[in-house]
Amino acid sequence: MTEPEIENLVRRELYAVAPDLEGLEIEPNETFRDQFEIDSMDTLNFIIGLSKATGLDIPEADYPQLETFSGCKSYISKRLRAPG
Amino acid sequence: MTARKITYRDAVREAMREALLADHRVFLMGEDVGRYGGAYACSKGFLEEFGEARIRDTPLSESGFVGAGIGAALGGMRPIIEIMTVNFSLLALDQIVNTAATLRHMSGGQFSVPVVIRMATGAGRQLAAQHSHSLECWYAHVPGIKVIAPATVGDARGMLKTALADPNPVIIFEHATLYNETGELAEMDDYAVDIDRARVRRTGSDISLITYGGSLSKTLAAAELLERDGIGCEVVDLRTLRPLDDAVLVQSVRKTHKAIVVDEGWRSGSLAAEVSARMAEQAFFDLDGPIARVCSAEVPVPYARHLEQAATPQVENIVAAAQKVMRR
Amino acid sequence: MPSLGADMDAGTLVEWLKSPGDKVRRGDIIAVVETQKGAIEIEVFDDGVLSEIRVKPGDEVPVGQVLALIDGADEDSEPPPAETATKAAGLPSRPMDQEPLRTVSQPTADGPKISPAARRLAQSCGLDPGSITPGKDGVIGLREVEAAAHHADTTQPAGIDQRAMRNAIASAMARSNREIPHYYVTSTLDVTPMMEWLGAYNARQPIERRLLYLVPLLRAAALSLRKFDDLNGAFVDGRYQTTANVNIGVAIAMRKGGLITPAILDTASHDLQSLMSKLSDLVRRTRQGGLKSSELSMGTVTLTNLGEQTADALLPIIYPPQVFIIGCGQIQVRPWVIDDAVVPRQLMDVTVAGDHRVSDGRRGAQFLRNFGDLLARPEEL
Repeated sequence: MTEPEIENLVRRELYAVAPDLEGLEIEPNETFRDQFEIDSMDTLNFIIGLSKATGLDIPEADYPQLETFSGCKSYISKRLRAPG
Repeated sequence: MTARKITYRDAVREAMREALLADHRVFLMGEDVGRYGGAYACSKGFLEEFGEARIRDTPLSESGFVGAGIGAALGGMRPIIEIMTVNFSLLALDQIVNTAATLRHMSGGQFSVPVVIRMATGAGRQLAAQHSHSLECWYAHVPGIKVIAPATVGDARGMLKTALADPNPVIIFEHATLYNETGELAEMDDYAVDIDRARVRRTGSDISLITYGGSLSKTLAAAELLERDGIGCEVVDLRTLRPLDDAVLVQSVRKTHKAIVVDEGWRSGSLAAEVSARMAEQAFFDLDGPIARVCSAEVPVPYARHLEQAATPQVENIVAAAQKVMRR
Repeated sequence: MPSLGADMDAGTLVEWLKSPGDKVRRGDIIAVVETQKGAIEIEVFDDGVLSEIRVKPGDEVPVGQVLALIDGADEDSEPPPAETATKAAGLPSRPMDQEPLRTVSQPTADGPKISPAARRLAQSCGLDPGSITPGKDGVIGLREVEAAAHHADTTQPAGIDQRAMRNAIASAMARSNREIPHYYVTSTLDVTPMMEWLGAYNARQPIERRLLYLVPLLRAAALSLRKFDDLNGAFVDGRYQTTANVNIGVAIAMRKGGLITPAILDTASHDLQSLMSKLSDLVRRTRQGGLKSSELSMGTVTLTNLGEQTADALLPIIYPPQVFIIGCGQIQVRPWVIDDAVVPRQLMDVTVAGDHRVSDGRRGAQFLRNFGDLLARPEEL
C-alpha cells in the first residue's frame, strides 16, 4: 500500500466515526483526542475500522501508537511491511 | 332551500304572531305592548289584529302584572309576559322566584305554571347603571324555571314556540342591541328549535370561545381576527343558560384544550364562573391552561359611551384574552 | 344589689335580717332595701351560710355591687359544667388546639407549572415532566411536551437541536440544584487488578470483542446498586420510590457539546460482553439519532466517567428524579501504599452524590466500599 493510500484509509476510518471532521485540517502530530475530542469509544471504533480495513490484528498494547495521524500512518505502514 | 334577510325584532314579532294565531290560549301582556306596539316594537300591529283581550297593556307594576300572568297560566292560559327589561324584572323577582318557580314543587305536581316571560337585557345603548344590567345568571341560578338566550334570528324565530309548549316557566332574554341586527333565516315550514342544546357556531381546534346572547356577534368577530393570526377558534353559543348543555362544552374543550368564556355579566358570581366550574369538573385533565373569562368590569355600567364600552366585553378584549391563553 | 326596676340606679340598705354565720336557704329574706318604689325585701337564691356582710344599714349602694357573701354548701364538689358536657359527649376537650393537618408532600414553589393535559401526554410518552424544557413563561404545556417527545423519538441522523439540548440540560441541572440536597462521598480506588485483568482479557479477544474499562465499571455499579434500595429509584411529588431494576444512565458527551444520559435498561442482567455491545450501540445512536424515549426517561441512576486524560475527580450533579450519581475520574498511575511500601498503582477517584432526602453519606460510603470490592475481583464480574 502506498503512502497516499494509507493516508486515505486512515482518513476514511476517522470520518466513519466522526463524520463532522470531513474537510477539516488534521494536525499530524497532535492527538485526535486533543484536536477533535475523540473519546475512548470513538477511538476503539476507529481502531476496529483500521483493523478491518488493513486486515491487521491490532493488540491493545499498540493503541498508544495510533493516537496521532502520523502515528497511524507509520504504524500501519510498518505493520504492512512486516511479515505475518 | 331559500333564505330571507330578517331583523331580530321581526323574527321575534313573527314568532309571537304565529303563536297568537295558532293557540287561542296565548296572549301577550306587558307595559306598552298594545297601543305603543311594544317598547322595542316587537308587537307592532298586534293590538289592531288581535284586540284588547289578547294584547293587554298593563299598569307600571311588574310585581302586579307578572303575578297576574302567573295566575292566568295557573288558570289554563298561555301568557307571554313581556317585562320591558331585566332591570325592571327585579320588582317581579318574588313572583318569578317564589311563585312561578316553586308552585309545581310546592303543590306536589298539582299546579303547573306555563308562562313565557320575555325580557330585554344588556348594555350598549348608554342607558346607564340602572338600565344596563345583564342578570341572566341570577335567573339561571333558580331551579324550577328554564332560561334561554336566543342570539341569532333563527333562535329568535324558533325558540318561542318550544318555550310556549313547555309546561314550566321559561324566561327568554333578548339582548337589546340585537333587535336591529339583520340575519339570514332559512325558509322552513316549522321554525321551532330546541331550547336545551348549545350550538357550535364556528369550528376551530385551538381555543373554545364560549358565549351567549349579545356577546355572540362580538365573539364571532374576534374569531375572524384571530384566524388571521393563525389561531383557530371554536365558538360555542350556549343558547340555554338553564339547563346548561355540558356535553357540547366538554366536547369542545376536549378538542381544543383551552377555553375562554365571554359573558356580559360582572365576573364575580357570573354565568361564566358556572361554565368554568363545569369545565374544570368535567374536563380538568384535558385543559392545557387555566380557563379565562372575559366579563364586564366590576363597576355599575357607566353612562358615557367610551366608559360604557370600556366596561363591557369588546372584540379587542376577546382577542387579547385569546392571545394570552395561547401563550403568545 | 339587685335591679328592682328599669330606672333604678341605686338602693339604700335599711336593715339586715340575717347575720354572718347564719344558714340561709333559697327564698329566705336576707335584707330590706329602700328604693324609689319603697322598701323592698331582698331574697336569697342559694343555699349556704352567710359568711360576710359588706354594706352597713344606711349605705346607698349602686345596682350590681356586692352586698354580702354566701358560702355554698356543695360548691367544691361540683365540676365546671363545660367540662362535663364535652366529656359526656365524648368530644375531644380542646379541639382547637390540634395541629392543623399538614399535607405530606409540600408543593415546590419553584417547580415548573405543567398543565393537566401536558402532564397526561408526558406520562403516555414515558417522559419525565422534570426533563421537559418549559416555555419562556415557565409553563410546560402540550406544545413543550410534544417538542420533547419529538426529540426523544427522533430517528433523523444528526438531527439533534443543540440549543434545545442545552436548554434541557440547563433546566434539569438547575432543578437538581434547587430541589435536591446533595451529599458527596469520595473514594480513591486501586483499579490495578481491574485494568490488568482487562488487559489480559482484551489480549485474548479479537478487536471487535474488546471491552472498554467503562464496562466493568458499569457492571460493578449495577451489581452493587441492586443491594442499595435507597440509591436506585425516583423521587417524584415529594415521595421516593425505589425501582426493582437498575437502569444505569451512561453520560455520553456529544462531540459538539452537550451531554445525554441514555439508560441501559436492566444493566445488571447483562454480562460484560453484552454490556459492551449495548454501550457501543447507545453511543452510536446517541451520536447519530435513534434513541428511544424509554432509554431517556427510564434511567434510575447515572454513571458519568470523565475518561482518559481528563481530570482526577468531579462532583457530579444528580439528574432528577434520580437520587444518586456516580462520577469516575481518570485512571492515573499514582503512588499508593501496600504492605508499608509506597508503590505505583493505577488509581481512580470515584465521587458519588446522593439525595440527602433519601439517603445519607454513610450509604454513599457503603456503596463505594461495595463497588471497590467488586472491582478488586474483576474475574468475578
